[in-house]
Amino acid sequence: MQHILSLIIKNSYKMLFLLLLGISLYLAIKSHSYHRSEYVNSANAVTGAVYSKINDVEEYLNLKEKNRDLASENALLKELLFNKRDTLLTSKTVFKKDLNNYKVVVAKVVNNSFNKRENYITINAGIRSGIKQDMGVVNEKGIVGLVEKTAANFSTIQSVLNIKSKINAKIKNSEHFGSLIWDGKNVGFVQLVDVPRLATLKKGDSIVTGGNSDIFPENIPVGKIDKIFIDKKTNYYTINVRLFNDMTAIGYVYIIENKRKKEKEQLELQTSTKK
Amino acid sequence: MNSNIKNSLVFVVFLLLQIFIFNKINLFGYLNPYPYLFFILLYPVNNNKSVLLISSFTLGIILDMFANSGGIHALASVVLAYFRPNLFKFAFGVSYEYNTVKFADKISPERITLLLLTIFIHHFILFFFEFFRVDLIVTIILRTLLNTLITFLFSILILYLIKPNKK
Repeated sequence: MQHILSLIIKNSYKMLFLLLLGISLYLAIKSHSYHRSEYVNSANAVTGAVYSKINDVEEYLNLKEKNRDLASENALLKELLFNKRDTLLTSKTVFKKDLNNYKVVVAKVVNNSFNKRENYITINAGIRSGIKQDMGVVNEKGIVGLVEKTAANFSTIQSVLNIKSKINAKIKNSEHFGSLIWDGKNVGFVQLVDVPRLATLKKGDSIVTGGNSDIFPENIPVGKIDKIFIDKKTNYYTINVRLFNDMTAIGYVYIIENKRKKEKEQLELQTSTKK
Repeated sequence: MNSNIKNSLVFVVFLLLQIFIFNKINLFGYLNPYPYLFFILLYPVNNNKSVLLISSFTLGIILDMFANSGGIHALASVVLAYFRPNLFKFAFGVSYEYNTVKFADKISPERITLLLLTIFIHHFILFFFEFFRVDLIVTIILRTLLNTLITFLFSILILYLIKPNKK
């Protein structure tokens, strides 16, 4: 016993190294799995507060741009409002339930990364604002990502510029859909894979979110087709999509809650277990 | 100044510099210098080694939290802190412990060697575990070399700034 004890004391430095090495190796490797480490993320109070402070300063640098974006979005919404005024009353009975399907919360991006293969965005809204995991995040130009981790007042978002991201998307005005992924190379482009060869498409067509997703409403803009490849092995299209969004400059985002998600998931689960 | 207080100060200064300035540089969209590894190099040769290990780990894990990067900074820093004596021996020869080499004294070829080697090892571990795919080894090495160059340039700048004035 004494021998073992003295051995431990003699090698305590090495043991300490191995312990710390083990912890960091575990964390580093675990971060590559689908859902990330519980503790080492920027959705906690300290990092969130620091990023808010940094953002307070940085915000002034692009006030002009943000104002312009908000004004143009306002114009678009006004246009919708004015055009619908006549029909709003009559359509209320039809649309009311549909309109209540999605709830939208606004939040500010306090930290945004885009130079890695697994990119995350930190926003200043959390559980207290009703944010939950796997909610969709969009801004005025198009999709941004999915909510990954939440804390009381902050959340992290898995950006579309993340090699783990996989979002259902389709070619606008058709029902041919595929999966939206990112190859980790260019911040301006994402890839739409597994699109059947039957689909008719050409360069410049718009890509929007598909109806199969429980997370995003249908027809949220994603980007434009830039290049079309044919995967020789599977005979599916692989499409390079130029994002509408500039992922390197994101200010305010909208988090979308699908109120029917649980109902739909439950139904699908029941159906699949009965087989 | 008490060396413990001085070390804590260096720790905090490099942590803040990294979070507030160097993580925001994004040169060409993806290159960020990581001069925080200076903390590991500047730690006095004769001080407690275990403290260095633990503080390097802490520094790394805090940076990981801010960068959402799992544990890669902690891993690279711990490895660097553990093999620091070997790197010093390689660069300055066996007698470094008796001369109590101060890293920030003056810029000599030995120090350049040490700096480049340290940065390269640190960055290689960092990017290897960030990408974590063997088939991307060329990208990893390319990224490591480019980033080593950037960190090295910033390090030389910092070295000039913290060099003690003897005039």
